[in-house]
Amino acid sequence: MSYDTLRLIWWALLGVLLIGFAVMDGFDLGTAALLPFVAHNDVERRIAINTVGPVWEGNQVWFILGGGAIFAAWPALYAASFSGFYLAMFLVLATLILRPVGFKFRSKLDAPAWRSLWDWCLFSGGVVPPLVFGVAFGNLFRGVPFGFDGDLRFHPDISLLSLLNPFALLVGAVSLAMIVLHGAAWLNLKTEGDVRMRARGVMPFAALAFVVLFTAAGVWVSRMDGYRIIGTLVANAPSNPMTKTVATESGAWFANAAADPWLWLAATVAYMGAILAAALRNRPGFAFLASALVPAGTITTAGTALFPFLLPSSSHPGASLTVWDASSSKLTLAVMLGAVAIFLPPVLAYTAWAYRVMRGPVRERDIAENTKSAY
Amino acid sequence: MDIVELSRLQFAATALYHFIFVPLTLGLSVLLGIMETVYVMTGRPIWREMVKFWGALFGINFAMGVATGITMEFQFGTNWAYYSQYVGDVFGVPLAMEGLMAFFLEATFVGLFFFAWERLTKVQHLIATWALAIGTNLSALWILIANGWMQYPVGARFNADTMRMEVSDFMAVLFNPVAQAKFVHTVSAGYVTGSVFVMAISAWYLLRGRHAEIAKRSMTVAASFGLASALSVVVLGDESGYTAGVNQKMKIAAIEAMWNTEPAPASFTVFGLPDLATHTTRYEIKVPWMLGLIATRSVDKPVPGIAQLVGLAHDRIRDGLIAYRALEAVKTRPRDAALRATLDAHVGNLGYALLLKRIRPDIENATEGDIRTAAASTIPNVPVLFWSFRVMVGIGFWFIALFALAFWLSAKRQLDRYRWFLKAALFTLPLPWFAAELGWIVAEYGRQPWVIEGVLPTALGVSNTDPGNVLFSLIGFVVFYSALLVADVYLLTKYIRLGPQTAVVPASRPAEAVTE
Repeated sequence: MSYDTLRLIWWALLGVLLIGFAVMDGFDLGTAALLPFVAHNDVERRIAINTVGPVWEGNQVWFILGGGAIFAAWPALYAASFSGFYLAMFLVLATLILRPVGFKFRSKLDAPAWRSLWDWCLFSGGVVPPLVFGVAFGNLFRGVPFGFDGDLRFHPDISLLSLLNPFALLVGAVSLAMIVLHGAAWLNLKTEGDVRMRARGVMPFAALAFVVLFTAAGVWVSRMDGYRIIGTLVANAPSNPMTKTVATESGAWFANAAADPWLWLAATVAYMGAILAAALRNRPGFAFLASALVPAGTITTAGTALFPFLLPSSSHPGASLTVWDASSSKLTLAVMLGAVAIFLPPVLAYTAWAYRVMRGPVRERDIAENTKSAY
Repeated sequence: MDIVELSRLQFAATALYHFIFVPLTLGLSVLLGIMETVYVMTGRPIWREMVKFWGALFGINFAMGVATGITMEFQFGTNWAYYSQYVGDVFGVPLAMEGLMAFFLEATFVGLFFFAWERLTKVQHLIATWALAIGTNLSALWILIANGWMQYPVGARFNADTMRMEVSDFMAVLFNPVAQAKFVHTVSAGYVTGSVFVMAISAWYLLRGRHAEIAKRSMTVAASFGLASALSVVVLGDESGYTAGVNQKMKIAAIEAMWNTEPAPASFTVFGLPDLATHTTRYEIKVPWMLGLIATRSVDKPVPGIAQLVGLAHDRIRDGLIAYRALEAVKTRPRDAALRATLDAHVGNLGYALLLKRIRPDIENATEGDIRTAAASTIPNVPVLFWSFRVMVGIGFWFIALFALAFWLSAKRQLDRYRWFLKAALFTLPLPWFAAELGWIVAEYGRQPWVIEGVLPTALGVSNTDPGNVLFSLIGFVVFYSALLVADVYLLTKYIRLGPQTAVVPASRPAEAVTE
């Protein structure tokens, strides 16, 4: 397999991992974000928490694997994005750290103050990560100021405040709306009674919010400066992001979709997913599948618009990281592709089995009977 | 403090915190598997109760391990950006593999372990428990393959076009002898930790006359598993010593406070007071031949001393400078074949030249004095290594003695007979953590000034981040982790005090019987 094909496959796999994270971990983040709104007393909260209790841990591995895979396949991107977005990343890590402990510790003591403390921790762990990841994605479209020196050492010039610009915050809101919709669809599927009805009530609003915000972001992107590689960049060359010329151009992020109208399908999937999720909310299984299409469509839309850019530089556009000059060596990409082909199918198989074992809604009785062992 | 010191401090703090929870997870997961196997084979409910009780404690600890582990996966990128860029092609692979092969397995089945007692058959649940244990141990394998490569960077070469290390031989990275030795040493240390934990808490119950049936059975399992593991830790620790002796001679010399070459057969210093200022060790007590056997597996090879290794480093820096000058020239004349040939001939010592960067940025103009300073900087902190190693080994031998005694008493069915033994077992509780953290210090602090031995100096690996940011996150992590640790210890103590019966749900579902 040629180097450029491997790079393209790994770009697609990066998308698969992000979608895997947003779909799988998305609903348990969304569930945590909805905790104060759909569950009003301790039993209801435990019902909501225990819908994700047995599965959230495996879901979070999509995030960890995403980090590891970016490290292995796109080391320059790993180094640049996490050190460039240092404080934002710290914020995400801090709230994600609270999740494992929050789930496990919360119901181990009866004291209401203790439980309410952990509920707030779980809530922030559900709201902050989708928001920050959305903000990060928004900044990819604008580009962030960074360059490399002769040793390819990364020199960022990024402050946390500059990341919190209006467009990025809008994308953060898109991300949050999509995660909340997905979480509501999950609770609608896995609970009964009041919790389910409240979650169901959230779905049309979350779907509407997503449609409006996603459209607004799209309109904004069509008017903003995008990035374009000038001349030819050799797709088979060693990974060195300092050998190309990049220009900014208004509306350049729509160039890929203009060249290949099939790419509009991704945005269509996102819209259809949101609308169907709201429309089919009385059929929870279908609604949940529909809401899973939203992150898939949204991330594909963003990724294909940015292609081949991974992380554009606003201060030194030529130093932008792209699919063709920020990957690992050909050997590493090939070996990792083999590993994914061998080891991902069994992961999907036993994950599916685990969901099958834990199928069915969580009822008040389940909590009462397992009051010591349930979350 | 500068960015390098702050970043190192943060990495050390987060790694040492993480490693409070990891060894117990490694050990307890396997002990749970053993106990549940006995349950499935004998059908006696008491063994199921044991699995549930120790499982509840396992869960509290596991959550902390996961929480502190999240940071580790991303910290290379946030704080060690140049490191990530320079070696990600090699180092990123085992990390990704860890996620794919190990984390999914343990994280998926930990959910079933806790939530699916009533939804799975006995055998299915047993499989889930073992999948959890295997996943946990596989994760140790992959992270130690990554760490082994930092100690002994095989199967990779420098690429001037991409300015980084790239994989040339995956099998060499995978079957790195240092990684293999470290893996078995580390998981064995985890098994010892799990066994000491089970044994100490069981001893406490026996001292108080509570839960004797569960305590004695738990102790029997812990004693036999612990004895085998403690022997393995020491033997494989010795194997680590041998592999380090092949590659990290400076680490061995520092652990030994061996300022000058020991002629064959080298003797081992049991006690002494190493003095950094004068490069001497006072009040030495030596055992003849022993070090030669550990480090060279022979009685006729000398073990090189610190002074001689510094001399060697000096030569390698000079040679590395030839590579560095060629590399700088290649940047402007990338097609010059002669320059590339020069670079290739000396690239093995390029890392040594980079040691000069800590002294001056324009290292191509380094003076003889600069080179001497850089060579001297290859000496790690001798007294810290000397003592960390000796305390760790001492604790290791204590475990063997204690487990052997426990094993013997268990065979004679006298585990609850001697209060002094039970007290000794109880007070041993903190020692495995002590030994594990000291082991981490010997391995990682002993690697300094390198982040990748001989390839990349630690000081060069950091991100270009504002030191204020790192100080902020460092304080944040320490405060955060400490608060969580307090909650963790509080919950563990509470559930240990409650003991097996009350901490565990009844085996059947009486509430269901009532409602239906």
